[in-house]
Amino acid sequence: MSVSDAVSTPWRRASLAAAVFAVDPLGSGLLVRAGAGPARDELMTRVAGALAPMRLSRAPADIADDRLIGGLDVAATLRAGKPIAETGVLAASHGGVLAIVMAERISAGVAARLSQALDMGEVALQRDGLSAILPAHVGIIALDEGQDDEATPAALAERLGFWIDLEHIGWRDIEPPALTPEDFEAARKLLPSVETDDQVIEILVATAAQFGVDSPRAVLFALRAARAFTALRGETKVERDDIELAATLVLGPRATRMPAPPEEQDSDEPPPPPPEETPPDEPPEQKGEDNTPRELEEQILEAVRAALPPGLLAALAAGAPRNRRSSAKDGKSGEEIYSLQRGRPLDARPGSLSKGRLALVATLRAAAPWRKLRLKPEEMDSRRVIVKPEDFRIRRHRQKKGATTIFVVDASGSLAMTRLAEVKGAIEMLLADCYARRDNIALVAFRGRAGEIVLPPTRSTARAKRALTGLPGGGGTPVAAGLDVAAAVADQARRKGQTPLIVLMTDGRANICRDGGSGRPRAMEDALDAAKRIAAAQFSVLAIDTTQGGGSGPDAPVRVLAGAMQGRYVKLPRADAAVINAVVRGALPQ
Amino acid sequence: MVNPFPFSAIVGQDDMRLAFMIAATDPSVGGVLAFGDRGTGKSTAVRALAALLPKIKVVSGCPYNCAPDKQAKLCGACNGSGKTKTEMRSAPVVDLPLGATEDRVVGALNLERALAAGEKHFEPGLLARANRGFLYIDEVNLLEDHLVDLLLDVAASGLNLVEREGLSLSHPARFVLIGSGNPEEGELRPQMLDRFGLALEVRTPQDIPTRMEVIRRRDAYDRDPEAFHKHWANAEKKLRTKIVHARERVTTVETGDAVLERAARLCVALGSDGLRGELTLIRAARAYAALEDVPKVGDAELKRVAPMVLSHRLRRNPLDDSGSATRVERAIQEVFAK
Repeated sequence: MSVSDAVSTPWRRASLAAAVFAVDPLGSGLLVRAGAGPARDELMTRVAGALAPMRLSRAPADIADDRLIGGLDVAATLRAGKPIAETGVLAASHGGVLAIVMAERISAGVAARLSQALDMGEVALQRDGLSAILPAHVGIIALDEGQDDEATPAALAERLGFWIDLEHIGWRDIEPPALTPEDFEAARKLLPSVETDDQVIEILVATAAQFGVDSPRAVLFALRAARAFTALRGETKVERDDIELAATLVLGPRATRMPAPPEEQDSDEPPPPPPEETPPDEPPEQKGEDNTPRELEEQILEAVRAALPPGLLAALAAGAPRNRRSSAKDGKSGEEIYSLQRGRPLDARPGSLSKGRLALVATLRAAAPWRKLRLKPEEMDSRRVIVKPEDFRIRRHRQKKGATTIFVVDASGSLAMTRLAEVKGAIEMLLADCYARRDNIALVAFRGRAGEIVLPPTRSTARAKRALTGLPGGGGTPVAAGLDVAAAVADQARRKGQTPLIVLMTDGRANICRDGGSGRPRAMEDALDAAKRIAAAQFSVLAIDTTQGGGSGPDAPVRVLAGAMQGRYVKLPRADAAVINAVVRGALPQ
Repeated sequence: MVNPFPFSAIVGQDDMRLAFMIAATDPSVGGVLAFGDRGTGKSTAVRALAALLPKIKVVSGCPYNCAPDKQAKLCGACNGSGKTKTEMRSAPVVDLPLGATEDRVVGALNLERALAAGEKHFEPGLLARANRGFLYIDEVNLLEDHLVDLLLDVAASGLNLVEREGLSLSHPARFVLIGSGNPEEGELRPQMLDRFGLALEVRTPQDIPTRMEVIRRRDAYDRDPEAFHKHWANAEKKLRTKIVHARERVTTVETGDAVLERAARLCVALGSDGLRGELTLIRAARAYAALEDVPKVGDAELKRVAPMVLSHRLRRNPLDDSGSATRVERAIQEVFAK
């Protein structure tokens, strides 16, 4: 089968990638994006068969540290009267492959632990009084069932050699396996003697650069893949086809941009330099006229390009960044709190039973070392374990924190007379909602020459109501000052792990500058500057235009501000409290 | 790992390598934070550093690496015994893995002895092992809050106070904190950020020849770590000697008033809070001078280290897209133009 045939369908690409992974799985991995279904089942069965005699075990995505890394085995320890370690999943999988189900739910913390095992081939156990470095040379299969923007953490994905997508593969697309378990065993035996020369590295590095693949790890994986292909063919010399397949399967799915078309390349990029070191003893073999490094590179680029999934191609053409994991900034990760009741399990911590549920095993683990010290001499033969209050460990869980809605209210003269009362009414209605959702609410008002925090983030509806009632109106419109204060409040909320939402209510007629001076053009300039800062900090923003009558066209000042903040714009013909409420509720992060 | 990737074989990443060398020369600069792209060899560099550090002299058998000289702060055991027998030990580079429990970090009851003999005996933790060496936290931004609090406390006092489970003692715990991580996975708490003397952003090299060299060396290492080690043994030895010499020289490197003034002016221009920035700037410049065998700190030394000392101490300005390193660069140009 020719190279282009070998990767012509999604199933062929996927099964080929899985096969190559199975030849050399340790310290690498497979990222399988697919829902549970026949294609995934079939693939996993084949991987298990190809890996044999290596083991393939499974672990859940929300695995806690005592299972992942290991710890003290309480029962065995008490029985034996000496510390007995319980092996964690990573160490237990040493020399084999670990499949993680629902990998899109892996937390950054678990991803980091898995990544360290992949990098180091070992796991550091520093738990429950035990200290050891355990071998954990593993491969990892991440079974990612994520929808939309859910995805396996980038830190882990980056360390998995092959990314495959089974999303649109049906039962009919599946072809019978072409390789037997014996083929894989033979390939693994042959692998150490497969040779690569400098040219292979040169081609792969250049190809990666063309497709915007930055991490050196990707190239190393491609290099390993090329060798594994060669071994799978029963050969020891890496050929053009091996490089092509490796680039297609490893670099292709990681592409972040399309390479420049051939004729433009020479102008905007210097040709790859000649290898610095003398290549191996024999000169690179010349196979016909199409085999100069430069042309070889072209062909491989073309091959990778041809095998890119159509969806990806379109996304790249549109210039859309892909696989951009939501950063900590948009509240997807990092903004978490410890909870005693809900969320993912964390290590139990010392604590009083009045504060949470008892973690029984952890408590016994804490009490175990003291058993002999606490028993009276005449009780030494008993098997009792005395548990004291200081041994109590309570369960902890990690969960996402709520949102903080920051209302930035224009209380200037231009607004005060007509609509301030309506705005107040709307906020009051929202308070009840926020209370139910355990969200915080903050109120920033700007009028006269400055912006001020009328109400720091709170969940107390009573306090919020009082602050609202006392909110005075009148004076100039210092939009910039109001936005600056709002940004500071939002930043603080984010540091506490909350997801801030800024709701700006104004007619946008800024006439007071940051320094307190007046003058419309300069005031608007300052306001835009403040708005851009908010955009740079990536806060979610909703700008409600409370201008009575007038246009809401592209020149409307509030629309311009909303644009600068990269937020949503809503024009309310009447600042009806119920309408504002509905709009804000729609904008709240889910 | 028996054969970590050699420090001298790391391609590019000059800033990161220099920062580690400075910390190895003068631990009082106070730690290094390497934040940045994935796959840039942050962890590799730290693990490689361990092999470079000169051995330290310690009181024989002391679990806290106590120094035998009189002025040193000693642990309870060494203080009382008047023991003078010493031994040479590798400078510790201790990994604090994510998922470590508190008892292993601060130390706790010795399990073996408690279970078997019913004896109450203290088992020193990672902080004890790291005394007079380096404590490395990979993915430092993912470390659990209660461990971060604990570290901040110990790093500030240089002393680990253990009051738990009926054990009560204290021991010296002075270490250079080294952290690495990727800011995309979560921000570092400001208090923790402030603990690091030097901070740098690590980027993936963009030019093809450098990238190729990275792959070539990494691949050669992966395939045969032992041979790779042998190949780099000489370079490693040279680098180790360089650190040893720099350590000797660093105390005699001169810092004139003119340089002190420049440093102060630079810190003012950048609005970095507190004196810590200024102090670190001088120390780092001095260590750099010692490494380069320059007898007196001059503008060149100051300029070289200023970005890694100051970039994480700037007030935030999300509007300035240019990044903190560029802002420091700009301030340097202004201050040194005068």
